Amino acid sequence: MSYSTINRLTPYVFLAPAVVVMAIALLYPLMYMVFGSFRAWDPSQAIGEAEFAGFTNYITLWHDPNFHESLIVTLKFAFSVVALEMLIGVGLALLLDRSLRGMSVLRTLFILPMMIAPVVVGLIWRYMYHPSIGIFNQTLESIGLGSVDWLGKHALMSVIIADIWQWTPFIFILALAALQSLPRSALEAARIDGASGWQQIIYIKLPLMMPVLIVTCLLRLIDAFKVLEVILVMTEGGPGLSTEILALRISRTATEFRELGVAAAMSNYLLMLLLILTIAMLAYNKIQELKKARVKVLIDGDGS
Amino acid sequence: MEMEADMNTSHHNKGRQQPAFYALLVVLVLMSVGPIVLMLANSLKLDVDIISGTSGLLFLPTIQNYETALCDILPYEIDHLDYCALKFGGAFINSLIIALVSTVLTLIIGCMAAYALVRFRFMGRDTVSGTTLMVRMVPPAVLLVPVFGLWNNEFCIDKATWFGEMIRDTFGGRGDVCLAGTHSGIILIYIAMNLPFVIWILQSFIVQVPRQLEEAARMDGAGSFQVFFKIVLPLIKPGLAAAAIFTFRIAWNEYLLASALSDRDTKTVPILIVNNMSEFNIEWGVIMATGMLLAIPPIIFTLFASRQIITGMTAGAVKG
Repeated sequence: MSYSTINRLTPYVFLAPAVVVMAIALLYPLMYMVFGSFRAWDPSQAIGEAEFAGFTNYITLWHDPNFHESLIVTLKFAFSVVALEMLIGVGLALLLDRSLRGMSVLRTLFILPMMIAPVVVGLIWRYMYHPSIGIFNQTLESIGLGSVDWLGKHALMSVIIADIWQWTPFIFILALAALQSLPRSALEAARIDGASGWQQIIYIKLPLMMPVLIVTCLLRLIDAFKVLEVILVMTEGGPGLSTEILALRISRTATEFRELGVAAAMSNYLLMLLLILTIAMLAYNKIQELKKARVKVLIDGDGS
Repeated sequence: MEMEADMNTSHHNKGRQQPAFYALLVVLVLMSVGPIVLMLANSLKLDVDIISGTSGLLFLPTIQNYETALCDILPYEIDHLDYCALKFGGAFINSLIIALVSTVLTLIIGCMAAYALVRFRFMGRDTVSGTTLMVRMVPPAVLLVPVFGLWNNEFCIDKATWFGEMIRDTFGGRGDVCLAGTHSGIILIYIAMNLPFVIWILQSFIVQVPRQLEEAARMDGAGSFQVFFKIVLPLIKPGLAAAAIFTFRIAWNEYLLASALSDRDTKTVPILIVNNMSEFNIEWGVIMATGMLLAIPPIIFTLFASRQIITGMTAGAVKG
């Protein structure tokens, strides 16, 4: 083999292990799932033995009120957590954007909630929401306000609060990083022109942060659709179907109802939803890149 | 004079804003750390004290809950326990094996792939990097059904072949030898799940390695692999640290796929926690002690490597 052949093969050698693993354990399963979603398939069967069912699974789901309920709960959960987390996270970043000696210690403490296991997060919050021994009801009762049925009537709100506790720091830290990398000159200019704090935020800071904020928002939205363990531990989807998000319903359909075909079809619906969000994010990134490139060309053109 | 005035105004400004500012900081820290401290406090209480719920932070700490949780691997007899029902100790060993092995393998495979994608122009490069970006969004719940089916039914060694027979004779069992129920089965899916993220994050670190360094080494006669291991890897250590922490965190914390793929002997800690939480009588003290043990490794990482974690997080969004 000549030297140049070896050279040409090098990248493939570096890439091969990753490609093989992802092909076997991600792409093949995904194709297998699409294949399985067209079959009446239960866990005791190999997929080859399962009967072909056409679009039955998809149509069943389309008309299934429980699936609709679950879809609505998922959308409610995902959009409310992302909206509230963006609001609180960006707000806090704007408030706390100043050089402070202990800032790195604070950031360390803030990211603790998102590093610990979702199962543990669910465990902590289930305890705190406990009707009699939980800290919230004990506090409320000790000041004479009576108790709240956290994981009963208000279950969806309660799991949303837990998610906000866990993930707002993520947005806070990204927003803070974006704020601190803003061009100083723009902020100086605004200050010299006499812009008030609010005006600086609305006309300078937020518009300049927007690209990072939009990507953060989409990333968080995609992640919000993946949440499962926290809710599983806190409510197991209940009471009724009030907190049964899609991910939870998929796992219950597969393990409790033993309908792998239906669960596969449901997974496909969820995947399509996430695909749209991912494509939106990638497209947005591409547009930003093109914009930057054009600005650069303009500036370079000026210079010459 | 001017400087003095300047200092005065700035001092005045600070004096006006400071108390509210610090109060806000204290509240935020309490809110984010408080629940974890509460879990720690409860893990050191007896169940009677938790349920009476009055003592707050004034109580006599005990490690009984930790002993109960780890009863199957503690070398000494435990007085307060007649029978060791919970097998959290074994689960911890499983969790450790699975998380460590999958982290190491993901890093090795991932940094090689990231290097190829950044430094070489070759056919299929765009396909690979595009696919990698897309599969990042796949949730574990979507993988549950196909992985369960494949690991149980397709990724098996036929018991009739000599290799299958050998494994069956060595380890026992009746049917075909399948990936489900083994450590390797769970490790494989964790590597695959983490690879897209690791590749993506390491790319942003490899780009920053100056090309001249690599070219100089190549001039001195180093091959591609030598350049990679001797020049590039040492320079992207912070990136590797960030990637390692994120991978370990997911492998250590994950519940859903592990619960679908494990059998009696390969259960990880999150599975046991969920199983115990769905029982009617929750033993709060023991479960909090287990939760605390599960939370300790990520907490330690966070305290010692928060800068790497934050770099990793920001690299993820800013360079997305």
